[in-house]
Amino acid sequence: MIKRILVLLTAILIAIWFLSPVVLIVISSLTPSAEYYDPQRILPRSLTLSHLRSLFVTLDGWRATLNSLQVAGMSIGISFLFGIPAAYALTRFVFRGKNTLRLGILMTRSFPVLIIGVPLVVLYLRIGISDTLFGVALAHTSMVLPFVVLISSSIIGGVSVEYEEAGMVFGLSRFGSFMRITMPLVLPGLAASAIFAFIMSWNEVFVAAVLTLTNRTLPAHILNTAMTAPDYFKFAAGTIMAVPAMVFIFFTRKYLISLWGISLK
Amino acid sequence: MTYKRGLTPYLYFIPVIAFLIMFLGYPLIETFRLAFTHRVGPLGNFSRIIESGELWIALRYTLLISVVVVPLQLVFALALALFINMRFKGYLLLLYIIAIPLALSDVSAALMSYSIFGPSGFVNKILINLGLTDSPVYFFGYMYETRAFWVIVLTEVWRATPLVFVILLAGLQSVNKEYLEAADVFGFSRWTKLRKITLPILKPAILSALLIRTLFAFQIFGVVWLLAGRDIRILAGEAFYWQTIRYNSNVAASYGLVIAVVSIAISWVYLVILRSREVEGARA
Repeated sequence: MIKRILVLLTAILIAIWFLSPVVLIVISSLTPSAEYYDPQRILPRSLTLSHLRSLFVTLDGWRATLNSLQVAGMSIGISFLFGIPAAYALTRFVFRGKNTLRLGILMTRSFPVLIIGVPLVVLYLRIGISDTLFGVALAHTSMVLPFVVLISSSIIGGVSVEYEEAGMVFGLSRFGSFMRITMPLVLPGLAASAIFAFIMSWNEVFVAAVLTLTNRTLPAHILNTAMTAPDYFKFAAGTIMAVPAMVFIFFTRKYLISLWGISLK
Repeated sequence: MTYKRGLTPYLYFIPVIAFLIMFLGYPLIETFRLAFTHRVGPLGNFSRIIESGELWIALRYTLLISVVVVPLQLVFALALALFINMRFKGYLLLLYIIAIPLALSDVSAALMSYSIFGPSGFVNKILINLGLTDSPVYFFGYMYETRAFWVIVLTEVWRATPLVFVILLAGLQSVNKEYLEAADVFGFSRWTKLRKITLPILKPAILSALLIRTLFAFQIFGVVWLLAGRDIRILAGEAFYWQTIRYNSNVAASYGLVIAVVSIAISWVYLVILRSREVEGARA
């Protein structure tokens, strides 16, 4: 009995530790300025949406959010287009150098991605895509692509190759067999890894901020305006940045475990 | 499995490899080129930031943050993983709550810290309400670097402990229950079981968590830049400053190169440790 109470108390303390910063910034973003600057008042009596509105409307947050969504969408598109064939080959073929290729892709995960920002500025100026969302998306793809290959290959590997071979016996091409048989089975897993890729791109700030001046993504926009902006802007921005994280945890909670390579049953 | 000879399997990899060469390989080489280009000679950029002491300051702070943050994360994450692994009623809900910071950006986490430790933040409001102070306690700004440093440490521990936690929790799944039951038969204490059974089995997971966290710690940027600006100078922050405010890609690339070299060195040390463990395993 005492042990159960201790476990419960510990669990509550842990939950408070991890949840309170999130709750506090949401409260801060909804607190009217007068109450925020009143030192006597810890929790506000009334809430307001005006800070979120002014972040979106007057402080250009809406455009930055759209930019972020476009960048993430393009990186997911490119990384799946390029990554899925490689993931397929990793699970379906036996060939020389396969392990070396897998290890090589694994190794790129320890590559410090932020250092590509500075050289890419120089490259993009030369090829005429400087300060574009497409340029940021290409940079983010290089960060996301290795993850997409590795996660997708483990997901595709979970579907027995015999189904595909049966399809091929009945006259489907290799591609047709993959698309009509394996694809529907792996779609939920691929959706989870797409959300994972989305979060990586949505959160990335250094490269995005270095590569753009006018077409800023949301974190880059925040980074460049937060120093001079009033406090409520920071809290509204922090709240908006955090929303996809909550959605991510909610929708991928079943895959969370397998995305990070766990099998808790 | 389909056995394939010839070129077909490699064709599937061409897009990925071409892309990674273009956007990781080429920028790495270009970083070297930029860093070693200066009008007085190839080492001009480095002698500039070494002689002014700037490189040392940034390297020192980056190291200091890593050395303080990574062990704290490891200890907390281990405790959390062992606790969740007790599988008490409702442990999944707690697991999801702990997982929230996994998906949070460093920008978001920094702003959360600011809502707590800012001049009108919750900590100050509580201190004022309790009558412990009349004017706000400042945690950020020039002159308050030490306090800002500890707020940054706290933020990083809060934000990135869950990443270590998931890796360790995954590792804990490979601890065979029978070993622990056997230990119970011999009357081992909890502490002995942890030290003699769980931790040794967990060692690979701990090593890979340490590698990932140390690599990320060396790239720390958003949290420091938003909370302390250049009051606390870090490698990535200096690269950002030289690129976007001083418009000097060469000095920026020099800082980038330092990050790259340190990252490669850390990964190499890790590989060596892993390989020596494999050799030990082969002998045993």
